[in-house]
Amino acid sequence: MSSNVERPQPKVYNSRGYEAVIGLEVHVQLKTVSKIFSADATNFESGDNENTSPISVGMPGTLPVVNKLVIEYAIKTGLALGCEIRKRSVFSRKNYFYPDLPKGYQISQYDLPICEKGEITFLVGDYEKRVGITRAHMEEDAGKSTHHGDATLLNYNRAGIPLLEIVSDPDIRTPQEAAEYGRAIRQVVRFLDVCDGNLEEGSMRCDCNVSVRKIGTEKFGTKVEIKNVNSFRFVEKAIEYEIERQIDEVEAGKKIVQETRLYDPDKNRTFSMRLKEDAQDYRYFPDPDLLPVILTDAQIQGIKSTLPELPIARAKRFHEKLGLPKTDATVLTDEKDLADYFEKAADICGNAKAASNWVMTDILRELNANKLAINQSPIKPEQLGNLISLIDKGAISGKIAKTVFVEMWKTGEAPEKIVQDKGLAQVSDTGAIEKMIDEVLAANVSQVAEYKAGRAKVFGFFVGAAMKASKGQANPDLVNEILKRKLDQA
Amino acid sequence: MDLLKAGFKEVKDAVTTKKISAVEVTKFFLARTEKLNPKLNAFIKMSDTALEDAAAIDKKISQGETVGPLAGVAFGIKDMLCTKGLRTTAGSKMLENFIPPYDATVVTRLKNAGVVVLGKLNQDEFAMGSSNETSYFGKCKNPWNEDYVPGGSSGGSASAQAARLAMGTIGTDTGGSIRQPSSFTGIVGVKPTYGRVSRYGIVAFASSLDQAGPMVSSVEDAALTLEVICGHDKMDSTTSQKPVPEFSKNLTTNIKGMKIGILKEYEKGVLHPDVEKTYRASLESLKKMGVEFVDVSVSLTEFAVPMYYLISASEASSNLARYDGVKYGFRADFKDLSSMNLDDFYSETRGQGFGTEVKRRIMLGTYCLSSGYFDAYYNKACQVRRMLRDQYVEAFKKCDAILSPVTTSPAFKLNERSKDTLAMYMNDIFTTSTNLAGLTGLSVPFGLSSEGLPIGMQLTGSHFEEQKILNIAYALESVSDVKGKTPHVF
Amino acid sequence: MIDQKTIEQIAKLARLNLKPYEAEYYSEQLSKVLGHFQHISAIDTNGIEPLVTPSEIEFYARPDEVVKVNSAEEMVANAPERAGHLFKVPPVV
Repeated sequence: MSSNVERPQPKVYNSRGYEAVIGLEVHVQLKTVSKIFSADATNFESGDNENTSPISVGMPGTLPVVNKLVIEYAIKTGLALGCEIRKRSVFSRKNYFYPDLPKGYQISQYDLPICEKGEITFLVGDYEKRVGITRAHMEEDAGKSTHHGDATLLNYNRAGIPLLEIVSDPDIRTPQEAAEYGRAIRQVVRFLDVCDGNLEEGSMRCDCNVSVRKIGTEKFGTKVEIKNVNSFRFVEKAIEYEIERQIDEVEAGKKIVQETRLYDPDKNRTFSMRLKEDAQDYRYFPDPDLLPVILTDAQIQGIKSTLPELPIARAKRFHEKLGLPKTDATVLTDEKDLADYFEKAADICGNAKAASNWVMTDILRELNANKLAINQSPIKPEQLGNLISLIDKGAISGKIAKTVFVEMWKTGEAPEKIVQDKGLAQVSDTGAIEKMIDEVLAANVSQVAEYKAGRAKVFGFFVGAAMKASKGQANPDLVNEILKRKLDQA
Repeated sequence: MDLLKAGFKEVKDAVTTKKISAVEVTKFFLARTEKLNPKLNAFIKMSDTALEDAAAIDKKISQGETVGPLAGVAFGIKDMLCTKGLRTTAGSKMLENFIPPYDATVVTRLKNAGVVVLGKLNQDEFAMGSSNETSYFGKCKNPWNEDYVPGGSSGGSASAQAARLAMGTIGTDTGGSIRQPSSFTGIVGVKPTYGRVSRYGIVAFASSLDQAGPMVSSVEDAALTLEVICGHDKMDSTTSQKPVPEFSKNLTTNIKGMKIGILKEYEKGVLHPDVEKTYRASLESLKKMGVEFVDVSVSLTEFAVPMYYLISASEASSNLARYDGVKYGFRADFKDLSSMNLDDFYSETRGQGFGTEVKRRIMLGTYCLSSGYFDAYYNKACQVRRMLRDQYVEAFKKCDAILSPVTTSPAFKLNERSKDTLAMYMNDIFTTSTNLAGLTGLSVPFGLSSEGLPIGMQLTGSHFEEQKILNIAYALESVSDVKGKTPHVF
Repeated sequence: MIDQKTIEQIAKLARLNLKPYEAEYYSEQLSKVLGHFQHISAIDTNGIEPLVTPSEIEFYARPDEVVKVNSAEEMVANAPERAGHLFKVPPVV
């Protein structure tokens, strides 16, 4: 076994002798241009019921026809989560009445989902956590209802938007782990480019199943579902609240009721939405309008071959092959676009460490300040790579490079051009530097005398003065060398 | 040209060579409908645009444009099929005012072939019935004797066709709803193989059983209609991609050497003496034509009726959930929406909007899918369904088609069986297994009862083998006792 | 025998408001139909895959393309009650 005894271990959550058992259901909205079972558009900005058709409004006789890309995205995500891909998966009808459900049933997958038995590993603070994935299945979203007191109004633009519901095993033990799990899932689907991962806009939604039990007991407590939490920070807070609420109940000798609760972020508490006893009998059965999804090994392999390198593997490679510190590797692989950016810049200059530093400090700082995404950066990765090359070649100093960077950000121009246009190239011409130093020495006779008298510290003053005289463009190594010689000779 | 007798080909040729105009053909049938429909109640809605549509075809012809293979042929359409801009009710109060913004694919294909749609035909409510007596729009009469039912659920199609209110009609068949009324009214009705004809835009009763097909005056007209309506549809992923044969060109009465299966199990059936007589006569005729009879066994047909009721009711309970008073169709009259409880809103609307028979099936289906009963009923029925299908597959290794009566008796009197649902069920014993096994079947008129009512014979064919049963029917038709006989309304 | 209580539960699940005589009728009818099913229950179906689609049909999936045919107005034209291009129903709490 591993001898790495210092490896940080997962935390054991202990509140008043209880531990929590948590599972998450994450609904991922797949990034297709048309709906899962009809050719209606999926864009957000459309007018009321503009993105509907007889199919998505559930008119008589209309039929669902599955979108090929939805299946592909589901498989892609499943493979990225290490799932087994079922070669014959089945769409089922989940029957219940609600105005936002135009057909009186939702087409989902029930006993034969497309993906099963996967896992995901991610960092929680300083330790690695592994969570099993029970299943991931395709389904259609419902419409949107808005309430107006005397009536409810319905817009079915959202009805039929493709979702992948990813269900975790009850492996999560702390609120922080739950939030990090959600973030890890988001990172994966964004890496795969199958979802934009935006919780606020609803392109990812999160249901949390929470129960508590006395530490040491095997049996699960009664689970409570917290629905539709719309940020991972709130996932953490909602679960934190819910765990304590459940422990309070149990400690007070009360039974936990199986129910669905909602989280109110303003009050930071959960409240009961409906008891599970009232829950519908969904009468699932295979949808006879859709044939089972049959996949061959070749099809699955074909999709597997298009999978990008995933964040965890990529971070590992950045650390091991490119020699970046673990934390830097993790930050740079937070998003695929960022990792791609870094890697391109590093490729061009051949200096991964420098590229990492520039991206993590200068680029990220400017992006944050200007609220831009990495692919909106005015400085393209090629340009950043070239800037680093200029430094490494000694064409400009590190200090000048910062000036060039500011100019690049402003104008989007190539670093070589900026250096040339602004005359920022580093001066390595010994003749020119000697001339400059002669002038500096001539202008500071008293300091020369001090140096001569043994005050070596004054050397720094001369370096500064010489650099200033060259507007920072003199090669500092040459300045040092020549200055030393001249002073010693003086 | 005698439009009361003319086949599609004759009319199409006459229309394209301008011997008669499509408008004249349409006018003829509209006038006939106006005269006879009040007696029969076959049409429940006439198209306002029939003459315009006919004129458009004439215009195309006069401009030398190509027209479809059924140019100028006037059709009536069962009210299960959605027609754009033309009220579609499925025979229910629930859809009394529903005007679809789309055509069923079958209707689109007929229109593209040059068919003029005259109007919509009566039927049992949501096709649930065998006598057209459950229609919200009133009972429909058998033109051979108006005291008798035309059969159902496609009673309006059968009645209109037998009385020649149209040149052709379309029916739907979930458990015999094309074949039984065809038999009762002396017309040719074909239920295609499951997956042969698109279900898009056809109000769903039981999705895994429903198929639309022609109910027409001759086997040739049936073949011509099938050529137009069969084939893969991108709007229905349960349609087969198999090529559609040129059924009409391949028609032949030479069936010498064909193997006709006789089901041992059907011999046990208690047949009305007139049906028995007709059946024996058909065997005799076929023998003369040189066919070979083969005994085959499909022991599970014995259970077909209860299996059929369970599966069709289960699927219907879900298919009919969309009729909820939200998006279209009937809504119970509420004085004040704002004080309405959502469940009451649904229950009142559905309680009032559906007829007794429809509610009975929804109740049965809901029960069979509900938690705790799913395995014992729905799932069990689907397992036995596979066994039944497999028995048929075996049987069809030994024969080209199976011959049997369509029903145990000729048409019965109005009101005679509407109370006795089980007697009505027994009438379905020869037809339901065809749908359960996904096979093709047809009814061809062959004999007359002592009361002068037509009696059809049923031919059942293997999956996608419509041509074989069409040819046998073509041969039987040539020696049929019904040939040349017309209902008294003529 | 399907009793009245079961009938009521099913009617609730199916959102059907039944009149008393209907409830009685259905109770009797359901019992009859399910009675006929008894013989099927006796058939050994061990290991048999349930059959849904009865004929062999090649799988078909559509490409991810947007097709717009109907306007929002057409979609709400049949609504019993509407507000602009939205469907209107009793307040849902």
